Amino acid sequence: MEALKRSFGEIRKYPSAVIGVIMILVLIGLAIYTVATIPYSEAIRLWRGGEDIWYSTPRNAFPVWTNWFTDVKQPETIVMFSEDNPDVTKEYTTTSSGKTDIKMSYTFDYTADDFPQELSLFFKTEYVAKEPFASITWETPDGRTIRVGDLAVSRKQTYRISQDEALVRRLGGEKPEVGLFADPESPDPENPQVLKGTYKINVSVLLFEDTGDASAEYVVFGEVFGWAGTDHRRRDLMLPLMWGAPIALLFGLLASAGISVLTMIISAIGGWYGGVVDGIIQRITEVNLTLPFLSILIMIGTFYSRSIWTILGATIVLSIFGAAIKTYRAIFLQIRESTYIEAARAYGASDMRIIFRYLIPRIIPLLIPGLVLGVPAFVFLEASLAVLGLGDPVLPTWGKIINDAWVNAALYNGYYYWILEPAVLLMITGLAFAMLGYSLDRIFNPRLRGL
Amino acid sequence: MAEILEKKLKDQDFSDTGALLQVKRLHVWFELRRFGFGHAGYVRAVDDVSFELKAGQAIAVVGESGCGKTSLMKTILGLNTPIKGDIIFDGMKLSELDRKGMMEYRSKIGFVQQDPYGALPPFMSIRSILDEPLIINGVKDPKERNERIRQVMEEVRLSPVDDFIEKFPHMLSGGQQQRVVIARAMILEPKLIVADEPVSMLDASVRVEILKLLENLQKSHNLAVIYITHDLSTVRYFSERIFVMYAGKVAEKAVVDEILNNPLHPYTEALLTATSEPDAANARIYKEVPPGEPPSLVNPPTGCNYHPRCPKIIEGLCDLEDPPEFEPVPNHLTLCWLHKDA
Ligand SMILES: Nc1ncnc2c1ncn2[C@@H]1O[C@H](COP(=O)(O)OP(=O)(O)OP(=O)(O)O)[C@@H](O)[C@H]1O
Ligand SMILES: [Mg+2]
Repeated sequence: MEALKRSFGEIRKYPSAVIGVIMILVLIGLAIYTVATIPYSEAIRLWRGGEDIWYSTPRNAFPVWTNWFTDVKQPETIVMFSEDNPDVTKEYTTTSSGKTDIKMSYTFDYTADDFPQELSLFFKTEYVAKEPFASITWETPDGRTIRVGDLAVSRKQTYRISQDEALVRRLGGEKPEVGLFADPESPDPENPQVLKGTYKINVSVLLFEDTGDASAEYVVFGEVFGWAGTDHRRRDLMLPLMWGAPIALLFGLLASAGISVLTMIISAIGGWYGGVVDGIIQRITEVNLTLPFLSILIMIGTFYSRSIWTILGATIVLSIFGAAIKTYRAIFLQIRESTYIEAARAYGASDMRIIFRYLIPRIIPLLIPGLVLGVPAFVFLEASLAVLGLGDPVLPTWGKIINDAWVNAALYNGYYYWILEPAVLLMITGLAFAMLGYSLDRIFNPRLRGL
Repeated sequence: MAEILEKKLKDQDFSDTGALLQVKRLHVWFELRRFGFGHAGYVRAVDDVSFELKAGQAIAVVGESGCGKTSLMKTILGLNTPIKGDIIFDGMKLSELDRKGMMEYRSKIGFVQQDPYGALPPFMSIRSILDEPLIINGVKDPKERNERIRQVMEEVRLSPVDDFIEKFPHMLSGGQQQRVVIARAMILEPKLIVADEPVSMLDASVRVEILKLLENLQKSHNLAVIYITHDLSTVRYFSERIFVMYAGKVAEKAVVDEILNNPLHPYTEALLTATSEPDAANARIYKEVPPGEPPSLVNPPTGCNYHPRCPKIIEGLCDLEDPPEFEPVPNHLTLCWLHKDA
């Protein structure tokens, strides 16, 4: 164990190993941070909750950082709720006839170079019998006032300004998200420019009963959203990008460690007992090596279960009788003849003790680099299965993002961020473990000459 | 009642009382297999060997390479299974021991191997190495184990103990490593130490120290010792008797001085001429003695197995008939037809 410690100490001499360790630590930090801040149940709710959760995010929005690389700055999403927002004023006036008029004014700056994706108002009202009536007007920075629309609002009402045909007509055939923000003095009326400045949308809700209330959330759906962007279902990609880390690391580590350790124990047992036991293990290995691993996993995923635990279990079971058994066995056959093993038998060590205390510790230096290098292989395996549509149906993972992107022709539509982000994270993971693993190999392998 | 009867039967087994170890007509033959299966004969590593050893008695087994010394020792340690014959040690009959009995049997015999570095697991500290036999043999209390480890290290003069206890085998010199091996053999307080060429891999300068250490331990613990060597010059240190082994058989048994001054077997004579006493005259007369090759252990020659090399062969007798054990001088036994009239 001392020798192991010394070998790990040597990592410092290998810059690539140091970088690898730092990257792994960052990934682990990200994983821990994610699990701590977004608990599993919350993650699943955000990932699979439905429109109620995603209604206020834009569809297929690029990440905000894409604005850094273009001259035409795309709009960010603006969400304003009528309650507790300093930029929204809300006034109640009671008319003589016992009706209540609620006036809500949303003031916001619009400075992007391009028009937003959509405009919507999400009403919530309380009333007994008669639906309140809302009228909406729009004030532009240059002082024009535009009537947006009037409608009766039920308890929960979505008003998609962008889809109001009457408004389109009033704006002279222009889409509302363009017409409302367009500069009337654009040099080319066919290609209107954005009028930058402070806008105001006034929502007045008339309640016909003496009790009741109304609130409204105003959303300008931008073309960019958050640091990760969103997908075709308006979901913030930050969630699967973050949650993909713990899942990928856990899957990779469990698979790699499970396989390495079990393979080592199996080959130690075979190497020690020899004879029939060894023969059976060797035959199983030979048969197993000819089995098409990926095809079996695909079959299990297709016909049985796509749960990550099933896939993990199947991966481990199908891999423990791997080629490493032959390598380890050769070494064990050599070690079992060592005189220190003979000495151990002479003072009464049992077979199990010899396997675990005397045989296996010799192989650990060989095992560790292999284990580290195995991690990204299994991370990629999980991602590949997800890309093939065999990922866990519940979990937000990197592979699932790529799968969604693929199914929705992300590259064809130009949503490169959708594939780029998970791919970069996968590459970082692979690189980190590879850099550490190969350095460990170099550190440990000279030791093996002492076998 | 049944117990007493059983004990009586047991007592009968080792009729010559007082012996710690009895080896009775021991045959250790290794089966040769053709292509991994199919019988192809036996390697007769140990062929009809009998002897007794009293508590506190030390014997040396000498013989050239391949004559079966190690096979004999490993069989006594329970690492090889004899095909015939039996070993009775401290009232335990090796062939009849169950798992627990085997543990007890093994705990009473210490094993010192030839190559100290190979005999020590390289990944364990000296403390763990010495801890292992104690843990395996059920010494649960860590304090007690620690005390016993320190005590035995003092005894083999690995002191100050703290300088060595956390070290790893590769950090020690060959002599120190062999002391660790001896400490490990001693830690269970055995009654018998089997030392298989304990100094042949060591520097000449430390050989004497190690042999003296073994001698001291033997005296202070009243240990029986079986000391295996191919070097007659080292037997004087502590052995009383010498067994000369040749091709699986014990050709001659006698006390040290008898063997050295009055060898009866022609093979012993030849061996003595070959001995390398550390003196210049001897170095010059050293030649490849005894001349010739040791016989095949798979197809041993008929009659006395030394006869093809023997300068004193009696034609028509030595090459046809197995010599029985003769005792021409009291307590000096030999397997040689030359002494048939004694
Ligand atoms: N496990 C085994 N299987 C088959 N043959 C064996 C085995 N162990 C030893 N032998 C054979 O038995 C014979 C005696 O070997 P052994 O090791 O006992 O000799 P030795 O006297 O200790 O020799 P050395 O002085 O070289 O150590 C040799 O011919 C050896 O090849
Ligand atoms: Mg030997």
